[in-house]
Amino acid sequence: MLMKGQIYRKQAILSAFVALIVVAAPVAGLEPLGFDDPARQARYEALLHQLRCVVCQNQSLASSDAGLAGDLRQRVHQMVAEDQTNDAIKTHLIERYGDFVLYRPPVTARTYVLWFSAPVLLLAGIIVLAVTVHRRHHLPPRRLDANERTQLRRVLSDHRNDVS
Amino acid sequence: MLAASPAAAGQFIFVALALGCLTHAFIADDFSVRYVAENANSNLPVMYKVAAVWGGHEGSMLLWVFVLAGWTLAMAGFSRSLPSVLRARTLGVLGLISVGFLLFILLTSSPFDRLLPAPADGQDLNPLLQDPAMAIHPPMLYVGYVGFAVVFSLAVAALMGGRMDSAWVRWSRPWATVAWLFLTIGILLGSFWAYYELGWGGWWFWDPVENASFMPWLAGTALIHSLAVAEKRGSFKAWVVLLAIMTFSLSLLGAFLVRSGVLTSVHSFASDPARGVFILGFLSVTVVGSLTLYAWRAPAIRNVGTFALLSRETLLMANNVLLMVACASVLIGTLYPLAMEALGLGRISVGPPYFNAVFVPLMLVLAGLIGLGPLTSWRRMTPTNLAHRIRWALLVSLTATGVLIAVYWNGTTLGMAVGMFMACWIITTVAVNIRSRLQLRGGLRGLAAISPSVYAMNLAHLGMAVFIIGAGAVETYGIERTVRLGPGDSATVAGYRFTFQDVRDVQGPNYTGTQGYFTVTQGGGPVADLLPEKRNYPVRRSSMTEPAIDAGLFRDLFVALGEPLDEGAWSVRLQYKPMIRWIWGGALMMALAGLLAVADRRYRVRIKQSPTMHPSEGT
Repeated sequence: MLMKGQIYRKQAILSAFVALIVVAAPVAGLEPLGFDDPARQARYEALLHQLRCVVCQNQSLASSDAGLAGDLRQRVHQMVAEDQTNDAIKTHLIERYGDFVLYRPPVTARTYVLWFSAPVLLLAGIIVLAVTVHRRHHLPPRRLDANERTQLRRVLSDHRNDVS
Repeated sequence: MLAASPAAAGQFIFVALALGCLTHAFIADDFSVRYVAENANSNLPVMYKVAAVWGGHEGSMLLWVFVLAGWTLAMAGFSRSLPSVLRARTLGVLGLISVGFLLFILLTSSPFDRLLPAPADGQDLNPLLQDPAMAIHPPMLYVGYVGFAVVFSLAVAALMGGRMDSAWVRWSRPWATVAWLFLTIGILLGSFWAYYELGWGGWWFWDPVENASFMPWLAGTALIHSLAVAEKRGSFKAWVVLLAIMTFSLSLLGAFLVRSGVLTSVHSFASDPARGVFILGFLSVTVVGSLTLYAWRAPAIRNVGTFALLSRETLLMANNVLLMVACASVLIGTLYPLAMEALGLGRISVGPPYFNAVFVPLMLVLAGLIGLGPLTSWRRMTPTNLAHRIRWALLVSLTATGVLIAVYWNGTTLGMAVGMFMACWIITTVAVNIRSRLQLRGGLRGLAAISPSVYAMNLAHLGMAVFIIGAGAVETYGIERTVRLGPGDSATVAGYRFTFQDVRDVQGPNYTGTQGYFTVTQGGGPVADLLPEKRNYPVRRSSMTEPAIDAGLFRDLFVALGEPLDEGAWSVRLQYKPMIRWIWGGALMMALAGLLAVADRRYRVRIKQSPTMHPSEGT
C-alpha cells in the first residue's frame, strides 16, 4: 500500500509514539493551485480537507506530499474551475477510490453503528441520569448501623477532647 | 505486607539501571546494540541521542516501565499514612502491572539485542523526532498514562477491601489530578510539535495515535470531576471506581493501538502479531479481571447523600455523561475503520468531518455546563435562585456574543457563534463565582482566603474558554494559500505582504538544506523576517519541511517552502493562523490548574492513624 520513497508525515505522528521507520526520499508536489475568486478558493480548500490521500497514512489532500495527492488536487482544482458541484466531485472520486477517499463516511447500513452510537449512548446516559436523580431525590436518609454509631460517638468524643 | 515498599524501591533501582545502560549506549555510540544502531547516528546532537532512547518501540516501552516504577515508588513513599492493607494491595496491583510490561519487554521488545558485527554508524533518529518538544513529549505523556495506573490500583485495592471511605477518595484525588495534568501537558506538546514540525500548520488531526492519548484524557477528566463529588458529598463512589478502571483500560488500549502496528494496517498486524497479541491479552485480563471484581464488589459500596434534580451533583453527572459519550464517539471513530477492515467489509476513512459533526457539539454543550455547574449549589437549588445567580453572566455573554458576531460577521459559522457564546459564558460565570466568594469573605482582602482548589477549578475552566476561542478562531478565520513565488515576488494573505527575497544553502550537524528568506510587511511597516527551510537528512535519505513562524498572541504567520519550480521560483505555503497560541495557552492553564489543585493544603494534612479510620483492615 505504501508507496516507496515517499515521506509520510502523518506516519511521523505515529513514530512519535511508535517510531515506525520512515522511508523517505524526494518529495513530489506541492503545486501552487488556487483561485482568485474567494468563494471558489474556499470551496476548493474545504474539499481538500474532506478528502483523503488514499496512499498515505491518514493525511488529507490538503496536507500530503504524495504524488497521487498532487494529481488529485489538480483534478479537484479542475473540477471546481468547471463549476461542478461538491457532490459531483466526490462521486467522481468515490467511483475511482471507493468510500475510503471520504473523511466523512457516508451514512449507509455499514456505518449506522458509527454514526448512531453516540446519539444512542447520549440518550441512554440521559435516561440513567434521570433514573439516578429520581432515586436520589427520594432516597430516605440512611440510618447508621450499630457499628457506625459507636464509631461516630468515638469520633465525636475524640473531637471534643481535641477541642478542649 | 511490608515487603511491598522495599520491592518497589528495588524495582525502581533496577529499571533505572536498565534505562541508564541504554542511555549510555546511545551517548557512547554503541552500535553493536541493534536498537541504538536503528535510532541514532554518531553525528546526532547529544540531546537527541538521549531523546532517541525513547524514539523507538523498545526504548519507549522501557521508558514506560521506568515511569511505572517511578509512580510505584512515589506511591510507596507517600502512602505511609494509608491503612497498611490498602497500601499493600495498591502496591501489589501496581507490581502486577509492572510484571506484565516487564514480561512484554523481555519476551517481545528487548532494547538490548545485539547486532554483530556492529555497523560503522547508525541509521539515525527519525528527523521528525529531532525536536525539543518531541524529546520531552513521550516522558510527559507516559507520566500521565501510567499515572492512571496508580488510581486504577487504588480502586482495585478498595474493591478488594469492599469498602471505600472518604479517606480513600481524598487520598486518590491528587493522584488522579497529577496523572491528568501530565497527560494534558503531553497532549499539548504533541499538538504543538505537529503544528510546527509536520510542516502543514495543523494542530490536531484526529489521528488514531492522537485519539489514543485523548481518550484517557476525556475519561480522566470525568474521573477528576466525579472524585470531587465523591469527596464533597459521598456520592458517585462506585462510579468513581468504574471510571478509574475505564481510564486505565483506555490507556492500555492506547498502548495496544500504538504498539501493535494495527494502525498502519490490519494486515501488517496479522503478519507479525506477537506484540499486539501480548498487549491485547494483557488488556483483556486487566479489563475482564477488574470489571469482574467490580461487578462482585461494587454493590457493597454505599453512596450517601441525596440530591435534587437541580443540584451541582446532577450537573456533574451530566458532565460525566457528556464526557463519556464524547470519549465513546472518539473510541468508535478510531476503531470502526479497523473493525470494518478486519471483517472484510471494506475500507472507510473516519476523519475530522466526522469528529466535527459528532464530538464538537457534545463539547459545546459541556461548555455550557462548565459555566452553570460551579454556580449551582450542592444538594438542591431552586430555579429562581439559579436564575438570579446567572442573570448577569447570561446577559453579558449574550451581548458580547452579539457584538462579536457583528464585528466578525464575515465568515462566522453557526458553530463559531456558539463557541463565542460559550467562551463568554465561561469567562463571565467564573467572574461571578469569584465575586460571590469574595463577598462572603469581605471584599478583595478575601482573595487570599479562597482555597487554591477553587482557584484551580476556575483557572481550568478559563483554560477551556481560552481553548475554545483559539480552536474556533483558527478553524473559522484561518487562511492558507499555496502560491508560486520567484525571487522578489510577493503575495498578500490577511493583509500581510510576504515577499520572497532569495534562497541559500545551509549546513546542519546531520543535514544539508535550503533556506528561504522572506520579509513580511503590513501597511508598509516591517513585521518579521522568516527563514523556512527544506532539509535533507542523508542517513535516512529523508527530506523535511521546517516552516518559519512569526508567533504572536493574536496571530501566527506561517511560511513553508514547497517545491522548487522553474526559473528560481518556489511553491510556497503561506498561512495566517489567528489566535492559535490560545489553543495551547488554554491547555497550559488547565495543566497549571491541576498543579494548583494538588497544592491545596488539605491533601498535605496527614490522615491520623487510628483504628477507627480504616475498618476495612483485617476483614
